Amino acid sequence: MVSQIIFAIVFLAAVLFFAKNLRTIQRNILLGRTEDRNDRLGERMGVMARLALGQGKMVVRPIAGILHIIVYAGFVIINLEVLEIVIDGLIGTHRIFGSMGILYDVLIGSFEWLALAVLVACVIFLVRRLVLRIPRFWANEMTKWPKTDATLILVMEILLMGAFLKMNATDQVLAGRGVEHYTTAGSYPVSTWLRPFFESMSTGTVLAFERGFWWFHIVGILAFLNYLPYSKHFHILLAFPNTFYSNLFPKTQIKNMPRVAGEVKSMMDPSIPPPEPMVNNVAGTEVPERFGAKDVFDLTWKNLMDAYSCTECGRCTSECPANLTGKLLSPRKIMMDTRDRLEEVGKVIDVKGKWEDDGKSLHSYISDEELWACTTCNACTQACPINIDPVGIIIDMRRYSVMEESKSRPALTSMFTNVENNGAPWAFGPDKRMDWTQ
Amino acid sequence: MSDTLNIRTMADYAAAGEVPEVLFWVGCAGSFDDRAKKITKAFAKLLNGAGVKFAVLGQEESCTGDPARRAGNEFLFQMQAMQNIAVLNGYAVKRIVTACPHCFNTLKNEYPVLGGVYEVMHHTQFINTLFKEGKLKVKGGSFQGKRITFHDPCYLGRGNGEYEAPREVLAKLDIELVEMKRSRAKGLCCGAGGAQMFKEAEPGNKEVNVERSEEALGMQPSVIAAGCPFCNTMLTDGVKHFNKEGEVQVKDIAELIAEAADL
Repeated sequence: MVSQIIFAIVFLAAVLFFAKNLRTIQRNILLGRTEDRNDRLGERMGVMARLALGQGKMVVRPIAGILHIIVYAGFVIINLEVLEIVIDGLIGTHRIFGSMGILYDVLIGSFEWLALAVLVACVIFLVRRLVLRIPRFWANEMTKWPKTDATLILVMEILLMGAFLKMNATDQVLAGRGVEHYTTAGSYPVSTWLRPFFESMSTGTVLAFERGFWWFHIVGILAFLNYLPYSKHFHILLAFPNTFYSNLFPKTQIKNMPRVAGEVKSMMDPSIPPPEPMVNNVAGTEVPERFGAKDVFDLTWKNLMDAYSCTECGRCTSECPANLTGKLLSPRKIMMDTRDRLEEVGKVIDVKGKWEDDGKSLHSYISDEELWACTTCNACTQACPINIDPVGIIIDMRRYSVMEESKSRPALTSMFTNVENNGAPWAFGPDKRMDWTQ
Repeated sequence: MSDTLNIRTMADYAAAGEVPEVLFWVGCAGSFDDRAKKITKAFAKLLNGAGVKFAVLGQEESCTGDPARRAGNEFLFQMQAMQNIAVLNGYAVKRIVTACPHCFNTLKNEYPVLGGVYEVMHHTQFINTLFKEGKLKVKGGSFQGKRITFHDPCYLGRGNGEYEAPREVLAKLDIELVEMKRSRAKGLCCGAGGAQMFKEAEPGNKEVNVERSEEALGMQPSVIAAGCPFCNTMLTDGVKHFNKEGEVQVKDIAELIAEAADL
């Protein structure tokens, strides 16, 4: 009974704490500007099914892709076991589904094989990161925390899978000895290899180990769940909505700015009044609408969801022509900086109860040199397994620099002047437009 | 024989009370850049050769606003767009073909929301249609059996999902098409997009066009085929960087077809 109460308290606390953090993340994402992404629902379901559920873009890189599918499928399927653990924990039963007979055997058997596969895949992932040192995991923006985060996730998954298998091994030993409650349930194709290790122990010790592994497994899962909001690993949840709300327009189409269009219309035809400048309410504080993005709340909510969905795999950066040729720009860093800044803004709101200007902006994180290195080639958006769009953020930040701060690059200023005066980016007048026919 | 082409403008057509089948949007590079002008000429000859009744805007054409928008100057983009849309709609233009993927992308994707709705084709798509309709015929000609690699323009390929049209057109030349490792959706940018064409590159350890040209030259081609005037410039410079301009030519698909068809 005591253990049931403890379990109920731990379980409830974990779920509530997770829900609280989810709400904070939701609030932070919704600090972004509105943008309707609820059109073309069928198409959106298709993209989500193909990319998130079906991992369609992961296998573009076969080794990482297949290993990832093993971990993804394994983790999702093995977590069905959590249902049984929670029911057992709350009502004090042991392997309540054990009575399902052959079906249970098949389930536990496949969970065990998957657990082994996940464990092996995670070990290979660790070797790729820490021993083979695959370059995209060691790029500049992969500072201490991002590397620690990645290692922690893999170690936690290895420990959880290990606990699951050892729990099953001790269960078999106890069942073999006819200990009460541990009546033979399930077949254990993998953990049976671990049995000899526990066979020599006294029943009391094995029982203690079994309980220990059981608690470690479930508390570990709950802890892991609560680690997600602080980690890049949050992608396991957001990959689904993030692909659902993908940009469905052609990749190189840049979104229109209706307010600027309105201003220009009014300039050309004075009978049309200029649009009223909008004021955005950012967590209780009024912030004037800007041309382009100065800070995270000038981006759209989807840009911000992208930032929380990024798992820092670096496929974008490893295909970025600017990054490949030694420029400062890394599309992955754009996403990491956006999330870091958003979390910083979120903390101000948590502390002050509303948004108060802290003297910083997204431009404090992302430099002009990074912004002006982008060729808008969309190699990054193509490479991203879950359709994150760093280019949209870069363009909106360039817009702020140019339209609000009159900052760009000298040669671009000349290009603007040429377009304005001659209708061409070079200093040739319209009268030369037919010269090619000569 | 004079090499001067007789090209009619939309104004000419309007004055004659005629309507062309298609507007050829020449673009700024195609109008002013000496290398790109040759592409424009080749494509115009090709249209003439296929008997296509086409017009250009001539002095009434103005930059689509692509580089301004990508460099963050939305005001300038909007001004260019509205001005162009007024001209295009004034002539009731329905179909546009252009040899520049940047103009193509802007006209096709970014003008409709501002009131400029047209059927827009990249010239490789248009040429492909001409072949399919039997209006254009080539026999391998001088390129038969030659090793040619194709560089996907980002704004045509990844941007607008068109990977096949340029390849189908190249196939008409009976060439040996060799694909770079980074091709189609994985194609590497030439380095010119996003208004980079008009500025110095940010500090780095290599130029993007050198990286791409190195990959293309690695295929040992006799021709690097391009479908964008900016890619053409970047790759031509890259080939020169490796002192290979004597052995390897950078040519637009329109030029290859025009040459093979002996136009």
